[in-house]
Amino acid sequence: MDLANFLIQLLNSVQYGLLLFMLAAGLTLIFGIMGVVNLAHGSFYMLGAYLAWFLSSRSGSLTLAIAGGAVLAVLFGLLLERLLFRHFYQRDHLDQVLLTFGLIYIFEEMRSMLWGDDVHGVSIPAALSASIPLTDNLSYPVYRLFMSGVCIALAIGLYLLISRTRLGMKIRAGAFNRDMTEALGVNIKRIHAIVFAIGVALATVAGMIASPISSVYPNMGSQVLIMCFVVVVIGGIGSVRGALIAALLVGAVDTFGKVLLPAVSGMLVYMLMAAVLLWKPEGLFKQ
Amino acid sequence: MSAAKSHLEILPRGLQVALLLGLLALAAFPFFGTDFYASMVARMMILAIFAMSLDLLQGVTGLVSLGHAAFFGLAGYALAFLTPAGEPASLWWTLPAAVAAAGLAALVIGFFVVRTHGIYFIMVTMAFAQMVFYLFFDNKALGGSDGIYINFKPHAALFDLENRLVFYYFTLAVLVAVYLFLRRLLWSPFGRVLAGIRVNEHRMRAMGYGTFGYKLAAFTLAGALAGLAGYLWGAQTGFINPELMGFHMSAHAIMMVILGGMGNFAGAIVGAFAFEYLLHLFKDLPDIGAFRAGKHWQLWMGLFIVGVVLFAPRGLLGLAAGLLRRKEADHE
Repeated sequence: MDLANFLIQLLNSVQYGLLLFMLAAGLTLIFGIMGVVNLAHGSFYMLGAYLAWFLSSRSGSLTLAIAGGAVLAVLFGLLLERLLFRHFYQRDHLDQVLLTFGLIYIFEEMRSMLWGDDVHGVSIPAALSASIPLTDNLSYPVYRLFMSGVCIALAIGLYLLISRTRLGMKIRAGAFNRDMTEALGVNIKRIHAIVFAIGVALATVAGMIASPISSVYPNMGSQVLIMCFVVVVIGGIGSVRGALIAALLVGAVDTFGKVLLPAVSGMLVYMLMAAVLLWKPEGLFKQ
Repeated sequence: MSAAKSHLEILPRGLQVALLLGLLALAAFPFFGTDFYASMVARMMILAIFAMSLDLLQGVTGLVSLGHAAFFGLAGYALAFLTPAGEPASLWWTLPAAVAAAGLAALVIGFFVVRTHGIYFIMVTMAFAQMVFYLFFDNKALGGSDGIYINFKPHAALFDLENRLVFYYFTLAVLVAVYLFLRRLLWSPFGRVLAGIRVNEHRMRAMGYGTFGYKLAAFTLAGALAGLAGYLWGAQTGFINPELMGFHMSAHAIMMVILGGMGNFAGAIVGAFAFEYLLHLFKDLPDIGAFRAGKHWQLWMGLFIVGVVLFAPRGLLGLAAGLLRRKEADHE
């Protein structure tokens, strides 16, 4: 592997890692703060991708589709939180596993009824369709850099929100001691709804910006969900910082594994997970 | 974490009688049902064995595995690889070999996963099962995504599984044997330690029990029994593919255990039958005008699962036991 090729793989691995981070951050945030394990998290990723395809094929603009899709998805997430998830915060994990597994089925079938079972492509907006030449015959697509940029911006936004704002303070306090925070006059129900909406928004936006390069297909949610689990397990449950580092690690192992060891590439990330578990059974950054 | 829900260890007398009648009905079934339904019931019995093996972890020990199908599928693959191209394999040694292979895999994976707790355990078991899934899915030599055909059912002197009736009764015998074995285990000192771990693992450790060893033993045993079911599945369907080890298969097993009622192995049996029956029912729904209800069986299944979590968290046996207990209380 020469330098230019290595650079391309490196950029790809960072881009994939950042995308995984957006998903895993929502998953681990919802778990860390509300204690809910959400198997349907991958379905929001799928929803995002389908919304991007559907709205952009109707409106002709991916930017418009992403803006509209994000609003729709967040409203949908808030509705779900109010109707279902709210009642499961205090119940045991098994109930949550079952509820969200049932939701996977419902979402998959509703997707099939609304939008069919075909694979769809989403075209990259003209402004981002260029490539940056690295050597004479190797170049890197601008869109992938754009994706990484969006992910980094959202990661920084998330960090600032949680560590620097009043709302973030309440979120952290609520995760630390729910009853005490409530006694101090914080509306914990609203805080939970906001955290849930943030998680949904991150997953949906991830699905939307990934749609042009991954295409849009049934069951895309379950695949990504399992990767998210691996990231959360490696990073340590409830830790957003852990999720970032683990996501970049998983992105690198997966991307370079496919190039260097194609025969076992499907298993490499799981081996990484097993190794981390042997060393630190609670993940790298247990809260 | 599910201590409160699984106090179904002892069933009311009325329910025990009903279950015994159910067993008699199973024994008589091939003489009354058609071949189609007899093979459907055989499949339900196989899944019941699978569900019981998971209940040892989920209902008894309090460990919810979202990767139990890995061991089910592994034993099926073992049968596929052990069956020669042109003749049936011997039941006597392929069965123990497949069960041992599943048990060994469970021992190795268990070594990693049993160190974790609660939600972590759920995620890690799922991830390891996925690793096994990709091992087979990505490798053409192991059948790849298409899977492998098993052209001949295993066979041994009296037990030629190629014969439908023999297969049915063989499966029924295994079902009963596994049930009796697990019931015996539940009330043995080993089973009591597992139940203690479910209720409070810290206390068990404080009392001097090496809980890691007990949990690993339970995980290995559950994996081996899941392998027993997977072997029978492979023999019955004559076909094995990676989907059998996938996330949905594992989740279905959890669902069966919940649906029947956790902590009593009869619950797993009832749950497996009920779940498979519903699946069959949903897939066979008639069209309503242009709306093809049967095609959208996943929607009904999803709604049903959500309904069970909301309204019957103790499962069918729990529901029945509750009703019977209330009746008994009225009489007194």
